[in-house]
Order: sequence, then structure tokens, then C-alpha cells
Amino acid sequence: MSAYVQSLLGILISAIISENFILVKFYGICPFMGVSKKTDTALGMGMAVTFVMGIASAACWAVDNLILIPLGLEYMQTVAFILVIAALVQVVEMFLKKFVPALYQALGIYLPLITTNCAVLGVALVNAQNGYDFLQSVVYGVTGGLGFTLAIVLFASVRERTDKSDCPKSFEGFPLALIAAGLLAMAFMGFSGLKIF
Amino acid sequence: MNLKQQFKEGLLTKNPVLVQLLGMCSTMAITTSLFNGIGMGLSVTIILICSNVLISALRKVIPNQIRIAAYIVIIAGFVTIVDLCLQAFLPDLSESLGVFIPLIVVNCIILGRAEAFASKNGVVASALDGLFQGIGYTVALIIMCVVREFLGSGTFGGGILNGGEGIRILPEGVPAMLMVMPVGGFLTLGCLIAGAQWLVKYLDKKEKAKEAAK
Repeated sequence: MSAYVQSLLGILISAIISENFILVKFYGICPFMGVSKKTDTALGMGMAVTFVMGIASAACWAVDNLILIPLGLEYMQTVAFILVIAALVQVVEMFLKKFVPALYQALGIYLPLITTNCAVLGVALVNAQNGYDFLQSVVYGVTGGLGFTLAIVLFASVRERTDKSDCPKSFEGFPLALIAAGLLAMAFMGFSGLKIF
Repeated sequence: MNLKQQFKEGLLTKNPVLVQLLGMCSTMAITTSLFNGIGMGLSVTIILICSNVLISALRKVIPNQIRIAAYIVIIAGFVTIVDLCLQAFLPDLSESLGVFIPLIVVNCIILGRAEAFASKNGVVASALDGLFQGIGYTVALIIMCVVREFLGSGTFGGGILNGGEGIRILPEGVPAMLMVMPVGGFLTLGCLIAGAQWLVKYLDKKEKAKEAAK
């Protein structure tokens, strides 16, 4: 197997499991906490994020390598990326509404929220920092999104149970959810250092 | 709104992290040493004050339909300024906070204050709101840092005191590494928010009892 394919597989494994976006790197905690009360809405959010992260990685890579770097404007990365992402989310929303109404119905309410999801901006910035090429960027974006989906769906199914359980009054709701997420993160710690190649 | 009230709200009863539950990502990700916490807290406070002032000054100019996009651009501008300053003057801090400095752009505290306060109030009030909310955020970060650093590495003031090593409180081998790992972030914040909820309820009850006594 060529070294390049190995590097792609390495990115895939680390983005989904050993460096999970939420539980290890802390990107995208807000939607993780906000939209994880039910498993199916969590799945919807995960799909929407994966979708946008894949496209955003590609678009930000293009903007970075074709516009910012040739012009020597790397310091504008943050501003440029957030604008690209905001515009992209808007375009994706309009496109889905027009051409894939079924998917729009499923993702609809989650799409606008994604602009301020730090996982999306985070993936674009990390791609630029690590100097990934186009394919690596897209793979990192999509698999990072899959990692996000995995974590949020697992967490939602835990939370459906913890919400009904008895606990000290001050811990009700959010604090208990955080503790549960902590235990989940502990499980994911077992994967740290996992390297296949 | 009077000053004392605003200060109390920023610090406790409407603390951005502990009560409004905003800006969780950075709160958990970077609070492994006191230096990180103070640096991040101050950066966010500065950006929050600047963006609050500018947004409040422009609140009558920005068209309502594109206000969110306009806010994000303003915030991103200030974040870039702070990011470049840190890279130039405090490279150590910039290194250890990493991608979480540019990610301040999508920190919901800043956009939240822009939308909820700066877009409706005058410049001075918005600046003060930014300052108090920023202090509330910084205090929450510092508490997180102190707890996690103490339990996780057994030191106090890592990154600043004692030549960056921090002052050792627990002997080596006693502290649980777990607490400086991501797990510790979730657990500490969970307990801290529970504590804050208890305190807010307690103060509320006390105030009501006082009023009833009158």
C-alpha cells in the first residue's frame, strides 16, 4: 500500500476514534450538549455537520491555497474561513431546499446552527495548519464529521436514560449530562495512541 | 441598569459559562494550567469589549437582515488582531492555546452578547457589559484551571509561577493525570455548574426570605 493511502487511513482512524472531535479535542461542544436529547435528532445534526464539514474543508482549502497563500494573506485565514463557512451554509441550505427537499426537511433546522459550530471552523484551521493537500483535507473533514456523529449519537442514547434518573437537585440537567459525557470521554481515552500503521 | 447589578450578573447570576452555559469548548479544552486560563480569559474579555463597543456604535447602521453576518465579520477582525498580537508578544501562550484563539470567533459568548445586549444598548453600557461578562468568563476559567491543575498535575500556577513549572502542592505520583485529560474537563465543569446552580438557588432563597421578613 502506498504511503499516501496510509496517510489517508491514518487521518481517518484518528479523526473518528483516537482524536475524536468532541470527546478528545473539544470542538463543537455546544451542539453536542444542545442537540443530544434524542437519538434521532442527534443523528440528524451529525449528518448535517458531516455534510457541511466535508464541503467546508474543500472550499476553505481552495480559498487558502488559491487565493490567500499566493497573495501572502495568510493572516486573513480566520476572517476568510468564517465568511466562506457562513456563505456555504447559506448556499447549502438554499440548494437542499430547492433540489433535495427530503434531505432539507430532515436537516432543515440544524443547518443554520452549523455556522457557529467550532468543529467546522476548527477543521478548516487545522487543515491549513497541518498543510494537508486537497484530498487529505476532505477526508479529514468528512471523517471528523463522522467522529462527531458517533460521539453525539452515543451520548444521546446515554442521555435519554440519565434524564429520567434520580440525582441530587443541583446536578439535574446540564451538570449530569457533562458528567456522563466525561465518562464517555474516559472510554474514548482507551483509544488514545491507537496507531495502525 | 445599575453597575452593581450588572457586575453581579456577569460574575454569578448570569455568568456566561456557569449559568448561561455558553462557550463550553474553550472552557474545557484549554483549562489545564493557570497561565492558559488567564491568557484565554483576558483575550476573550478584550475581544468582547471591543466587539461590543463597535457593534453598539454601529447598531443603527447595520441592516437587520444581515446583522449576524456583520457581527461575525467584526468579531473575526478583532480575533485576528488579538491572535497576531499574541503570536508576536506571547508566543508561548499562543502555542499552548493553539487553534482555540482563532476559534474565539465562534465562541457563543461573544455573538450572544452582541445579539442580546450590544445591539440594543448604548456604547458605554455595552463596554461595561463586555467587561463584566468577560470577567465572569475569566473567573470561571480560573476556577477550572486551579481545580484541574491541582488534581491533575498537583501544582498551582503552572506556566507563570516558579519559572513556568508551577508550585508543587501534591507530591509526584499522587495526582491523577486523568484530570488534565479531556475527561477531567467534563467532570470538573459538571461539578462546577452544579455548584453554581446550588449557589444561585441558595442566594435566591435567602433574598426571598429577607423580603418576606420585611
